[in-house]
Amino acid sequence: MSNPSGAVRGLTVAEKIISAHAGRAVRAGELVIARIDGVMATDATGPLAIVAFSEMGGKRVWDPAKVSLILDHAAPAPNERVSNLHGMMRAFAREQGCHFYDIGAGICHQLMVENEHVRPGDLFLGADSHTPTYGALNAFACGVGSTDLAGALLTGRTWLKVPETIRINLVGRMPSGVTAKDVALKLVGLIGAEGANYRAVEFAGPAIREMSLSPRMTLANLASEMGAKTGLVDPAGLTLPYDFVPTSPDPDAEYCVIHSVDIGDLRPQVARPHSPGNVSPIDDVLGVRIDAGFIGSCTNARLDDLRAAARILRGRRLAAGVRLIIAPVSRRVFNHALADGTIAALSEAGATFIPAGCGPCVGTHEGVPGDGEVVISTANRNYQGRMGNPNAQIYLASPAVVAASVLAGAIADPAVVAP
Amino acid sequence: MTAPPSGDAALRGVAHVYDLDDIDTDRIIPGKRTKTLVVADMARYALEDLDPGFARRAQAGDILVVGRNFGCGSSREQAPMALKAAGMALVIGRSFARIFYRNAINIGLPVLEIGDRPHAIATGHTLEVDAEAGRISDLSDGMTYSASQLPRVMLDILRGGGLVNYLVKYGNYRLLGQPGEDS
Repeated sequence: MSNPSGAVRGLTVAEKIISAHAGRAVRAGELVIARIDGVMATDATGPLAIVAFSEMGGKRVWDPAKVSLILDHAAPAPNERVSNLHGMMRAFAREQGCHFYDIGAGICHQLMVENEHVRPGDLFLGADSHTPTYGALNAFACGVGSTDLAGALLTGRTWLKVPETIRINLVGRMPSGVTAKDVALKLVGLIGAEGANYRAVEFAGPAIREMSLSPRMTLANLASEMGAKTGLVDPAGLTLPYDFVPTSPDPDAEYCVIHSVDIGDLRPQVARPHSPGNVSPIDDVLGVRIDAGFIGSCTNARLDDLRAAARILRGRRLAAGVRLIIAPVSRRVFNHALADGTIAALSEAGATFIPAGCGPCVGTHEGVPGDGEVVISTANRNYQGRMGNPNAQIYLASPAVVAASVLAGAIADPAVVAP
Repeated sequence: MTAPPSGDAALRGVAHVYDLDDIDTDRIIPGKRTKTLVVADMARYALEDLDPGFARRAQAGDILVVGRNFGCGSSREQAPMALKAAGMALVIGRSFARIFYRNAINIGLPVLEIGDRPHAIATGHTLEVDAEAGRISDLSDGMTYSASQLPRVMLDILRGGGLVNYLVKYGNYRLLGQPGEDS
């Protein structure tokens, strides 16, 4: 891509990964047909994908070792209709010999990462909008619908437009008590719910170099709430259980926007109803009465998240009349949290555990709020009706803020409730 | 490379206008209503939490007119499916969230982007639309508007009625008519 005049700029991570999968060097704005390293679908999107695959004349998926089906959105099945859809996915997975994760195994995105179905540098399509989560691994991962997924099952390829990239440089160190969720919410508020539509987002900065995989996943996950096609976290400082070659942007890569965001004095952040972009510092919402808390979702239900909640709730009790529902992100995380006493501390404080899976985040079952009720949640969306009732109010925050709030019965600062 | 305008490319329908930004997929169809393969069930719940009367008033061939970032949120293809099943022949929006946009084209529901310019399209107006050419005529007040055009690959998918038919016909993806490609 270089030329003697030096006029051609360097490449972004998105341009590099897509070029490697398109068989030619491509730049933002080009339409390409690209090879895919892996795909996944859930019980929310898989049944329609299976129908579309069959209508396309599909008999065998292009590569069963690269296909995963997961039951997580309404699992265990809340009714016979969903149970029958689950049965359809079990049968398809058996016929095709692809990877299959039954109820209780966990949330699709966690399972793809835990089981190494997605790796750094991959181009991955998931039939779920939070697929950009794998950008934590420095993979180009993109959410699609069921029919696009069926096309990938059939051909092992997809078409896409190479996105422009928004670069976010985080400046400063995260203050104690502030988490990747607070940073991510701050950025969603800054970029807006549409601000990254059709674009990739690169996250970089010294604060990220110190992050383990879990907070990187939280950050990449919320790129979806900026409308991004994918979110890519700088691989500097990332350690994985296997060797990998990081993909870094060229120093002279061309970005459509570069934001420098100082997080040195960031306060815990909360998204108010009914948009994840409606973000303010916790100080603006302290004391808002709540009825329930939810710790779960692909955003914030990993071991570090459960431990953060347990640190605050251990030896205490939920406020009278307040309930707390917890859905660990995966069975593996649940088992770790069982072994180290985290589950006991949370349960003794009054938390109700539900199976690893999406739980009430998608409003299907396991904790639909009542009319007029207020929920504070670690999930990623607070749209009207998101948790199954359009007459409920949902606030989004970090696990520590949710834990402090269920103790206080109102939105509370963890530094005050449990210093 | 644009196809010549043809008479039968034009759609005529009655507008339902919700000129709001960020109408998310949960308001297009709540998650709890999506766990079905029965399209008629989805139709009944289209825009349920935004306007409970919409599905009852919607007629086959009607046109939905919306604001910015329509369809943000979930990847659920049930969102455009519910609108199509409720009778919508077309969605005109100021802009669309990317997954919704792809999903709509993939199931054969045309979507037209008209940007931020003011318009006077109101609920009940009759619109005549040439989706391929991006031309919108409001027959109720005589105003006309233009929309951005779809890339060729999306036009190809839309012309056949969606991605299923496209892949049945071609067996794989092709990028005819793009810069650097032969057409």
